[in-house]
Amino acid sequence: MNLQNIISEIEKVDPEVYGRLDSRRKAMKKFANLSGKVALASLPIAFGSMLNTAYATPGSLTDAVTDTLNFALTLEYLEAAFYNSIVGSAGYLTASAADQAALTKIKGDENAHVAFLKGALGASAVASPVFDLTGGKGSGIGPFAGYLASYPVQLAMAQTFEDTGVRAYKGQAPNLQSSRPFLTAALNIHSVEARHASHIRYMRRTLDAAIPAGQKPLKPWITLNYSGIDFPPAQSNINLSFAGEEVTTQAGVNIVGIGSNTFISDKAASEAFDEPLTKAQVLIIVDPFIV
Amino acid sequence: MLTDKTLEKKTAAINEGVIQPFSRRRFLGYVGAASALFVTAASCKKDDNNNPDTGVDLGSGDVGILNYAYALEQLEAAFYSQVILTPYSGMTALETELLTDIRNHEVAHREFFKTAITAAAPSSVIPSLAVNFSSIDFTNRTSVLATAKAFEDLGVTAYNGAGQLISTSGNGPTYLTLAGKIVSVEARHAAIIADLITAGTFSNTTDVNALDMARTPAQVLAIAGTYITTKINANNLPS
Repeated sequence: MNLQNIISEIEKVDPEVYGRLDSRRKAMKKFANLSGKVALASLPIAFGSMLNTAYATPGSLTDAVTDTLNFALTLEYLEAAFYNSIVGSAGYLTASAADQAALTKIKGDENAHVAFLKGALGASAVASPVFDLTGGKGSGIGPFAGYLASYPVQLAMAQTFEDTGVRAYKGQAPNLQSSRPFLTAALNIHSVEARHASHIRYMRRTLDAAIPAGQKPLKPWITLNYSGIDFPPAQSNINLSFAGEEVTTQAGVNIVGIGSNTFISDKAASEAFDEPLTKAQVLIIVDPFIV
Repeated sequence: MLTDKTLEKKTAAINEGVIQPFSRRRFLGYVGAASALFVTAASCKKDDNNNPDTGVDLGSGDVGILNYAYALEQLEAAFYSQVILTPYSGMTALETELLTDIRNHEVAHREFFKTAITAAAPSSVIPSLAVNFSSIDFTNRTSVLATAKAFEDLGVTAYNGAGQLISTSGNGPTYLTLAGKIVSVEARHAAIIADLITAGTFSNTTDVNALDMARTPAQVLAIAGTYITTKINANNLPS
């Protein structure tokens, strides 16, 4: 364990860490004192308490921040487990090389998010739940059973997870306001999930049979409360991920036709704003996948 | 007419200066650099409603952040309106559809901020900003898409960096959620534009942790200032 390296790593995220720790010189002196006086095994604890002091209010990891980051981590575990399971699967192997590369890229991103959040939470990080990616809550024969062999089902699941992830992070942002670094980190993940969602939707656009009539062409953005997914075995659960996206009023302002711009239809007005989901709503959506 | 080389330079200039957003020291450094730019711009444009020495004042507190977002949305909406008005040669049906959608979204964002800020703080809303797109070749696909990507990525980093500047009480959390509603749509735009330029590059802007970047207002405005001729004073924004 190299404390100076850890401080440097923190400095990359929070260049003011030395200010928080008093000053670089004093911080280093404290480390020197620590190394001299504290048994090596207890160094991490002593170091942790220094950091807790440094990030004391309003930047400390409050219970609310820890809970929120753990919630985010759980969703990232789910996404990572999903992409880990499909990359290399029979269904995946039927996709074009470009589409395989995209799914592999997203798999890497989601695993990186897991690693980042685990690193941020340290000992407070929750362990990964056991997942049943068939959506059968442990039965292994949920509505998505067989997804490993079906590329269209894989993409439908990917889109649902990504769009849900975007809405979940958005809903949690206010709960992270007491920690500016982690609010920003969460926002920086949130926009990457939106990039994934956009690309997966673009990939799905050509899967004509998988998109409900009346919801074509599938856009990179969410139109009204359209899922863009035709999958009867799990339709009602999928629809939960898009419910509420149809709103066309923001902060009391009607967006349709705003500023005499008649081209802003109800569809455009709904697309222009993504909507948040509460933690409770998200937990209902992911419940079938968690054993 | 932009050559590929100047285009690359421009895009590189827009992409530079992405840092993590927590350094007060660096922030102040950028404010200094931006101030120099604003001084240069001061002789070009004078706004009647604002002090000509300091330019259009975005204001302070949450209203300042809303005005900051409104300024960026004005830039994006003006750009895409021109793209749709004068399509580049060879614009495909798919590209027309997507770029028209994006134009609609950006105009919706601009008009939303105008209406919402006017309602919340009628004396603080910034005026319409003058833009200068002379460096963009609207007849050229490469020029238009490179600029679109730069604007979208800039918008994402701007909103990501502004989140922590919004107040934690009063309407602050509501404004944070509103910003979140918009930034994910900007990120959706950024991804599809990146894909139109080079397939599969939808999330290539991230760091090693697969996190997008965040920029301070000073960094963002220093870059956006290339295209906005109205002088903007961001000195009173929260930091």
